[in-house]
Order: sequence, then C-alpha cells, then structure tokens
Amino acid sequence: MNNSAKNDYPPGLIRADDLEHLLKALGAGGFRIQAPVIRDQSIVIDEIKSAGELPAGWTDEQNRGHYRIKRRSDNAYFGYVVGPYSWKKFLFPPSTAILEAKRTGNGFQVSAAAETVSPTAFFGIRPCDLRALQILDRVLIGSEYRDPIYQKRREQILIVAVNCTEPGGNCFCTSMESGPGAAEGYDIVLTEMIDAGQHNFLAQAGTERGNLILQQVPSEKATSDALKSAAEAVQMAARKISKKIDTADIKEMLYANAEHPRWEDVAKQCLSCANCTLVCPTCFCANIDDYTDLTGETATRVRRWDSCFTLDHSYIHGGSIRSSVRARYRQWLTHKLAAWHDQFGSSGCVGCGRCITWCPSGIDITEEVAAIRSGTVKAKAI
Amino acid sequence: MIHKKKPKLAVWKFASCDGCQLSLLDCEEELLAVAGAVEIANFPEASRAVVGRTYDLSLVEGSITTPHDAERIHKVRRASKFLVTIGACATSGGIQALRNFKDVKEFISIVYATPAYIDTLNKSTPISDHVAVDFELRGCPINKYQLVEVLSAFLNGRKPVTPRHSLCIECKLKGNVCVMVAHGIPCLGPVTHAGCGSICPSYARGCYGCFGPKETPNTSALSAQWEKLGSSPISIKRAFRGFNAFADAFRKESELYEK
Repeated sequence: MNNSAKNDYPPGLIRADDLEHLLKALGAGGFRIQAPVIRDQSIVIDEIKSAGELPAGWTDEQNRGHYRIKRRSDNAYFGYVVGPYSWKKFLFPPSTAILEAKRTGNGFQVSAAAETVSPTAFFGIRPCDLRALQILDRVLIGSEYRDPIYQKRREQILIVAVNCTEPGGNCFCTSMESGPGAAEGYDIVLTEMIDAGQHNFLAQAGTERGNLILQQVPSEKATSDALKSAAEAVQMAARKISKKIDTADIKEMLYANAEHPRWEDVAKQCLSCANCTLVCPTCFCANIDDYTDLTGETATRVRRWDSCFTLDHSYIHGGSIRSSVRARYRQWLTHKLAAWHDQFGSSGCVGCGRCITWCPSGIDITEEVAAIRSGTVKAKAI
Repeated sequence: MIHKKKPKLAVWKFASCDGCQLSLLDCEEELLAVAGAVEIANFPEASRAVVGRTYDLSLVEGSITTPHDAERIHKVRRASKFLVTIGACATSGGIQALRNFKDVKEFISIVYATPAYIDTLNKSTPISDHVAVDFELRGCPINKYQLVEVLSAFLNGRKPVTPRHSLCIECKLKGNVCVMVAHGIPCLGPVTHAGCGSICPSYARGCYGCFGPKETPNTSALSAQWEKLGSSPISIKRAFRGFNAFADAFRKESELYEK
C-alpha cells in the first residue's frame, strides 16, 4: 500500500507502562485493534481493547508439528513469534459470499454481496508477516485484475509492526530476507527492550498517520544508546536463527529437480491435509462454490480457502491433474519457492515457519529443499 | 419456479439406528421447505402414507446385514430413479461392520437365547456393494445441512457441495487451533472426510473419523505420528475401527495393528 516507510520521523522511547496509551490513541483514531491474544492455549490474533489482553509473559515453543505456549521469566509483551493463523484471514477471509442471484420472472437478478469494513490496526504484526502482506498485495491487487474483497479490506489497515528480538524454533526469515527487523510497509514499528529492570519500546513512525498516532503517546527522545541496543537486539535474533533455506538459484534448482526421488519420500509422510497451505500467510488459493436453496429461487456464490493439496483443486474435465500426493507436494513447494518468482517477481515464502509447526506430520520445508539440493539430479534425457 | 410435478421422495431403512433419516425430520427451519419442494411418498418414520410405487429420489440409510435385505435393496433400486445413500452404515457398513473382523456365529451363540431364529450375513456391507449408487453422503450421523444441500442440488440439477478433502480444512476455515499440534491430542482429522463442521476439535477433542476416509488418505503417516504422541498400537487399531471400520483405508490401517 502507500505506507512505505521513511525513517525521517524521530524515534521515541515509550515505557512499557505507557503502551496502553498507544492502544488508546489507535482507538481514538477510529481503529479496531487486532492483536495477539491467548486462546485455546495458543497465541492467536483477535480484537483487543487494552494492553492487558496481550500475552505478556508468555512465549511459544515451536518445533516440527509441535506448538506449546510457556511462561517466560520476564513480562515481555511480544516474547513469542507467529501463531496458527496469519493476518491473511482478515484480508482474504476463509469464506465469503461473492454474489447472490434471485429469480425474477423469466430471468434472474444478480447482486454483489454487501460488506462493511471498518478501519483496523494490525497491532503486533511481525516482519515476516508484514512481508507476506506485501506479497499478497502484489498477487491480489498488484495487477490490472484486482480482488475487490482484499482491496476494500486492505485500504482500512494501519500497521503497527513489532520487530523480533527472539526467534522461534522454526523461523527462517533471514533466508527469505523478511526479518527479523521490519524494513518497510509499516505505519509504526516497535522494538521491545527489557534490560536491567527497564522495559521500553523503541517506537518509529513510518508514515505521517503513524507519526500522528505516536505523537499522542507519552515518550521521550530515543538516545543513541537506545537505538543501538534496539538494533543489537534484532541482530541478536538474526544470529539465533538456526533454520535456513539456501536460496541461491533456487528457481533453477527446483525446476531441474522435478523428478527428484525426494518427492516420493516426502509424499509418504505427507497427509495431504492442506494445513501447511492454510496456515501459510501467502497461500491465496480459493474455490468458488455455487449454492441454491430448495426452491431454486435464490442462489449464492461463495469463495472459500482451498488448497493445492486437494484433488478437486486440480480437477479439470476428465479428472485431477495432480492425483498423487507427490505431485501435489511438489506443486506447492515449487510454486512457493520457484514459480512465484516468474509469476510475481519474488519468492512466495517469508520464512515464518508456520508450515513446519502446523504440519501434523512434522514435514520441514527447509529440510526438503536441502535434501533436493544436496542430491540434485542433473536434468538428463529419459 | 414452475414444477410440472413435485419429485417423489422415499426414505428407506436397512441395518441402522435411524439417526440419519431422523436428520431429515431434524431439519426444523428447512423442513417445511423440503416438504414444499418434494412429495414425501414413502417415509415410514414420518408418515404411514405410501404414494405410488416408483420414486424420483430414494434416500437409503443402513447397511446390508441379512439375506432378506440383500434382496430388498434391489427392489429399492428398481423403484428409484436416483438412489442416494446416507450415513456411515449405508456408505461403509457402519459400526455393525465390526462383525466383519470376527466370526458372527460366535456372537449369535453368545447373545441370543435361540440362535436358530437369527438369519444374518457374515458381513455388514455398504449399499454400493449391492446396487449402483448415484451419490453417497457420509457421516455418523450425516450433517443435516449437507442433507439439505444434497436435496437442493438434486432439485436444481447441480452437483452437491460436499467436499472430499480433510477435516483439517474445516478446522482452518472455522479458526480452530490444531489439537494435534498445539495440545498433542491424537486426531483422525488429517485422514477424515470433511462434513461435520469439525465438531470434536472445536471442543478440544481429536476427530473420531465419523465421516470416514477422505480422498487419498495417508493413514500410515498419521499412525506414525500418533505413535510419536504416545498412542499404543491397540488404541490406533481401535481408532480406525469406529463407525467406518470397514471403509477400505481405515480397515487396512487397523489390520496392520492387529496382532
């Protein structure tokens, strides 16, 4: 959107106790606030009114097919990474009516499904997820064919990003150059700092409207020491990240390995349940279903999340193109990491690690890419 | 809409608990619309009236467990233009298909005072093993909204929207947190056909597989994960031996865990 960051706004230091004022300023600005909260022993995104609803003092333990929340030794507001649902659900809703048709005499009348959208602040969005929004912007509204549902919602979003100072077990944003610090695309970015009894946020506006919000929050001028320690905290997070994908020539590498035996191996473990695609912050595939009522007087067309892991997704006249799970997994990974470059000019992966955490079978995309790369079968004649 | 004649609907019961056909009566708000759209011509659970001998749409509940029923289903087929089976019994043999893994004669001798009165088959089998079926609606019991969807689709000449994908997709559409990943609860969702609306995971329980196997189910990969979560071989076998025990994918997986 039009909120590319400029760092000519003076950074300020907000005491953690004053975070509430930031939320109040957003509320006063007419924004509903979506932020991390604890539900079902997980950190999900939901509407909040006050800072007390944030998961202060909690962290998340993430591993392959494994997620648990745990108590932290400090009271950090953002001491965890990303949860089961990305912000995609607000902009690209799981299920939404697109149009309705009513029978009239000999014909029928079509009307677009009405939808009201209110201004919303994405509070606490991480750099990887922010990058995912930029990717979705490119895919869904970045060409002459625009998704009006996404566009209408996206225009109402204000971004309060939070830099990561502690990576999760499945993070690999450094490989995808999407974190752990936010480079652009925010209205406000915060860096949380807890040190020697001091608990502060370095706050930086990226847009004028972000600046206007921050001006309503008690803060002091950030010293060069504070700037330095915030930058170090983010760098430290980058160093702690252990997972990686080697992205050198990844497009060519994957294209050359369409027949790699690894695809067969991973298909044995893959449940084709579609969880990876639905938790992915950039997967945008959807299905269109038409419904009629019993009388045949009204019809509704509904768009809902779909996945390249279902048989119906690749169904054309006569059958499904990708009937094997091998073909479906290969399609997903190759599209995400390779074909996306051809199609949209970037990778489709932001390194958030959700597909690793939320795979009930514990498949790790970084491991799959490494295995394919290490055993690269040079393209040869059949 | 101009209907020359309302289509005649019949509901037939075979070996079953009646729960699925009751879903039709349980339609509440939609029940009047259903009654307005079709002529309920043969539905003993709802009315004694029987209209005519042939039917545009037959809903068949239950499995085939007796020689008598194995005959009767052919009569139902002959009397029906469209035949739709509803529920786990009709589509996979139901919970009574547990007999298929044992010797049914032994059961009879234990349960009945006069075993000679009992005339039953060795196996409980789905309707599609006996006659051609036009559409199968899964579930134990079926989801009444899906039943209305099947009726609407039939009346309007379109394909019903009853996806064959995993239950996981329903959880994600609903906003559930994965019980397997976040709570370590063994769940059959990744191999189970969607349709119930993810009832059990919505209450922090694992899926029991009431809707049977999904398209391309990878049961062995799921079992391997259940083992990692601490499930014993016997509990994995029992999980697959539920209401859809005789559905191919579930049957084969449970047999791998048989001693």
